[in-house]
Amino acid sequence: MPVLEKDGVRVWQRRSRSESLIRWFGWLIGVAVFMYCWQQISAVTTWFFVVDAPRIAGDIWDRATPPKWGYITQLGRPIWDTLNIATLGTIIALTLAVPTAFLAARNTTPSALFVRPIALLVIVSTRSINSLIWALLLIAIIGPGVFAGVVAIAIRSIGFCAKLLYEAIEEINESQVEAVTATGASRWQVMAYGIVPQILPAFAGIAVFRWDINIRESTVLGLVGAGGIGLQLSASLNVLAWPQVSLILIVILFAVVISEWVSAKVRGAII
Amino acid sequence: MLRLKKLLKTYKTGDEALKSIDLEVPDGQVLALIGPSGAGKSTMIRCINRLVEPTSGEVWLDDTELTKLSSGALRQERRQMGMIFQEYALVERLTVMENVLSGRLGYVGFWRSFLRKFPQSDVDEAYRLLDRVGLLSMVDKRADELSGGQRQRVGICRALIQNPKLLLVDEPTASLDPKTSRQIMRLICELCAERGLAAIINIHDVALAQMFVSRVVGLRLGALEFDGAPQELTPDVLTTIYGEEDWEATIEKVEDDEEEQVA
Repeated sequence: MPVLEKDGVRVWQRRSRSESLIRWFGWLIGVAVFMYCWQQISAVTTWFFVVDAPRIAGDIWDRATPPKWGYITQLGRPIWDTLNIATLGTIIALTLAVPTAFLAARNTTPSALFVRPIALLVIVSTRSINSLIWALLLIAIIGPGVFAGVVAIAIRSIGFCAKLLYEAIEEINESQVEAVTATGASRWQVMAYGIVPQILPAFAGIAVFRWDINIRESTVLGLVGAGGIGLQLSASLNVLAWPQVSLILIVILFAVVISEWVSAKVRGAII
Repeated sequence: MLRLKKLLKTYKTGDEALKSIDLEVPDGQVLALIGPSGAGKSTMIRCINRLVEPTSGEVWLDDTELTKLSSGALRQERRQMGMIFQEYALVERLTVMENVLSGRLGYVGFWRSFLRKFPQSDVDEAYRLLDRVGLLSMVDKRADELSGGQRQRVGICRALIQNPKLLLVDEPTASLDPKTSRQIMRLICELCAERGLAAIINIHDVALAQMFVSRVVGLRLGALEFDGAPQELTPDVLTTIYGEEDWEATIEKVEDDEEEQVA
């Protein structure tokens, strides 16, 4: 289509005239919708508060500094809980995600018609609900505390880990699997020799990546009562103890930086 | 002795990869299977050990018919058939030793293999084979650290440690340079002679095939077009297999190569 004959010269354009017009209208509609939405949001925003924001932020900053360093003695236990929630949750999630991934991957599933859709459903449903919402549900079911946090993190992570893992399984080199099969190996041996070595780097990467995310997610679980440092954060926020809040934020930042460092090291070592 | 009777494979897409192949390979015979890409060479050798399920026909290995076997019995029979692959198909992240020992998987139970507790006799045999192909110093290297020729040698060891009666060899030299190609072909043929193994070697380098094997089978569009000694491969024969082309050059090259080797 884009090649036109004009006075015996063949002109090449990226798009034909009608295609260009359609795109131009597409953009026009997109921009119009954006402007309309902007206007709607603007109408329900109390601009007085927005204008006021820098002053309030400065005020909170003044109250929050310096952090109340002495409070650190009470944070050791909660941050330890937070790390445990993240770590245990990740381990549980991985043990459940591995079989799910093998059932979901097209090349390893026992039945693409029956088992695979179920595995995919597990992946989608656990992935689509935020861990904070899982925590709210679980607190109602098993009561507040660290255990609810662990389970919330575990459930939320299954889908994430299983999805990345089954994509890795689907991308393996089939000829290595074929070669192991040709030796007369059993189904499980083919898995252990042909598939597992190929997905091991991906598995390690996924595990530390999810652990890293879970440390960040578990810091807020306490806000709804599922244990960890979030509990202290919400208590301090409720009584407007800003110097404590700032110290907690520093501790969280520190924990996250450490976890980033650890996961970078692990990934570097394995891959 | 391997016998194929009216072996037929039609893929789901409707492609007739094999059209009723009849072939006999006596014990100890090394046979080269030539033919253009898509002629069904790979399909044929994969139908023998049922990596690809044949649509109909029979495959006899000695007195066993393979196409009707249950999966357990098939695994027993697969141990008799070593396979060597085009891109080596080593498990890249395992060591050379683990790759060689994986040839024993059919003989060893799951937990023993999972924990890498292979019988000492298997380990001894692995060392012997690696020594034979000149890779004894590479035992502990990871497979992806090796060069192409070295990897193919490991692939050969993996096939031989199965203690097979038959080797199925799929384009062993397609990703190797000309010199390494010859060394690998020579090695395969020597080892077959040493152990009295039969072999089917898929190969698209006609000159290389003529140099090493005693029998050549030509496949075209899933049907046998030629079966004879390598000297009988005339330009006319090559034209029926591959289509019209100036074949004198290919055949002349073979003669040149042989002279060079003599010199």
